[in-house]
Amino acid sequence: MKKTTLIIMAGVTVLFLLSWIIKALALEGMQEDYIKKAFLVTFSAFLTLSILSFLYRDNPFYKFAEHLFVGVSAAFWMSMGFWSTIVGNLIPRLSQNLSVFFKVHYIPGDFNFRFYIPVILGLLLLMRLSRNYGWISRWSLAFIVGTTAGLNFIRYLRSDFIKQISATFVPLLVDWQGTGHFFSNLDLSASGQLVMMLANWTIFLGVMSGIIYFFFSKEHTGMFGRASRFGIWVLMITFGASFGYTVMGRISLLVGRITFLFRDWLGFNI
Amino acid sequence: MRYILIIFSLILITFSAVIGQVDPVVTDSLAPVPAPPAPVTEVAVSDKANDHGHALIIEWKRSLDDGAGSNAVMLYEIFRSEFPDSAFKMVGSVPLGNERFEDIGTIEKESRDYIPDNTNLYYRVDAVTIDPVVRTSSEVYGPVQSYSNWFHKGRVPVLTAVLIFGALMVYFVSVARKGTELYVRPLAGIAAVDDAIGRATEMGRPILYILGLGTADMISTIASFTILSRVAKQVAEYQTELIVPCYDPIVMTVAQEVVKSSYLDAGHPDNYKEDSVFYITTNQFAYVAAVNGIMLRDLPATNVYMGKFYAESLILAETGAVAGSIQIAGTDEVGQLPFFIVACDYTLIGEELYAASAYLGREPIMLGSLKAQDYAKAAVIVLMILGLLAINVHLNAFIEIFKVVD
Repeated sequence: MKKTTLIIMAGVTVLFLLSWIIKALALEGMQEDYIKKAFLVTFSAFLTLSILSFLYRDNPFYKFAEHLFVGVSAAFWMSMGFWSTIVGNLIPRLSQNLSVFFKVHYIPGDFNFRFYIPVILGLLLLMRLSRNYGWISRWSLAFIVGTTAGLNFIRYLRSDFIKQISATFVPLLVDWQGTGHFFSNLDLSASGQLVMMLANWTIFLGVMSGIIYFFFSKEHTGMFGRASRFGIWVLMITFGASFGYTVMGRISLLVGRITFLFRDWLGFNI
Repeated sequence: MRYILIIFSLILITFSAVIGQVDPVVTDSLAPVPAPPAPVTEVAVSDKANDHGHALIIEWKRSLDDGAGSNAVMLYEIFRSEFPDSAFKMVGSVPLGNERFEDIGTIEKESRDYIPDNTNLYYRVDAVTIDPVVRTSSEVYGPVQSYSNWFHKGRVPVLTAVLIFGALMVYFVSVARKGTELYVRPLAGIAAVDDAIGRATEMGRPILYILGLGTADMISTIASFTILSRVAKQVAEYQTELIVPCYDPIVMTVAQEVVKSSYLDAGHPDNYKEDSVFYITTNQFAYVAAVNGIMLRDLPATNVYMGKFYAESLILAETGAVAGSIQIAGTDEVGQLPFFIVACDYTLIGEELYAASAYLGREPIMLGSLKAQDYAKAAVIVLMILGLLAINVHLNAFIEIFKVVD
């Protein structure tokens, strides 16, 4: 590590230590555990700025925040998996002695083989650790992928296929009472006849051309190609709208972080 | 004197409420007890249709005092027992105006919500006023039993679709197996994979393959495994480095198997490194932070994002673009496609991801299924036009065919 980097790191550390002290002094008298609270706020601000420093380039502060985040979250999920799934759900159904050992409430009941199935599959999965019997773990993988893919097939067919078909059954001439009536009552509001008709025509043409774009066993040439091109235009306009909408959401997240830095950490009244 | 009495009453109320031994509303005991409301009538209980059992539907006619009068009914409480005249337990309540309640229990015997199947049960509905003590019980209805159904009649359209799609698939798979060439139009994103691997080899830099945040059972993740298989095989042939950081431990296990098999198929099993496919963490943004770090430190020549992605898509793709990597993405997550489109060189949109896996794999099963999907899409277009005609001429019978009950 370069000498300059070390100096900057030491400087930033001192700066944050000072910030901790100042924050603690500011909170003194207002909160009981003001030293702990001040540390948490200062450390949160430090980690926020460390992650944001990635915008400049990769640096030791980002590395520190990254490794801390990865380490803590991996450990958290590991312990959650063990304590909530194995200890919390499985052991109370399998063994009274183990339930007592782990201090969880034992659920009495008759012997039920289905609780042993995940145990067996889990143990088979651990066979990967063996050089000679690692292939056995494929049985568990096949079970996981096969069963859930089969279950999802029905679910998707219902929600993404049948229901989507019926959702496109829309009237193209909404509340049609003749050309004269249509022009004499022309209304440009969202619930007006013209806009509703435009929306339904967009659904019809957009869905149809979109499906045509996703035909893979036919070349996209001629009339078919033109319909496909229209389909990709519809998709791109939709993506553009979605992009703008999501960016707005991200901006609000950024505002939340900046509010934290300025109000909670630096104490500005915003 | 009146003020003294009021003050005394207030003190008494406060004192009794604090010690919790005397009903705080002392004055109520002096007030006239309101008349109980009219009971609910025509209580009927039946088994919930199209389910796995352990559920019943209770229906009744509202009390005449429903939301009206001085003794207005505010809610209905539903009670259940295994005996006709005792041990009734409240199983739920609905606000005034309702005439239906679904008593949905669980299959777990040890659960509080357990409802036994094929057992005589009795129900009663109480019309309750604002004062919970003032209530009127209906006549007890029963015995009634819940039972499970073998067939869900509301899902006939799904069964029909499964059968038609299954038949198409079997047909096209058998056609493909006989050696008939099934045409799949070229996809720009897939053609670019070969170039990108070549570029990485020339530059002597690794290829980063991200399987997304999906679990091993998700269709997009399964499709991604096929593409990974092809990429890994080519990487093995070119002896380029491959990095596959994983979000899910099961996905990692499958990915390790896929990459290992690909190295074996390419004839370079010794070049396979166990560490090339590794687990990071099952936390979305911690995973992103780690992958971003890899992108800037290892400077991969190519980043391939295939699978299920969520809010991390733009963070990953943007960092990859900053690092100067060629980027190829593919996902069926509609909300994330815009980010990949703006930040990546090539993007496989939605179903193109599945088509890509079939295109690369060239296996009869995958090609056959792709062909069957195309026919299903053609059927959708035909049904759409028929549906539009039906709704415009008010032919509701046709529209009802597509009504799926959950």
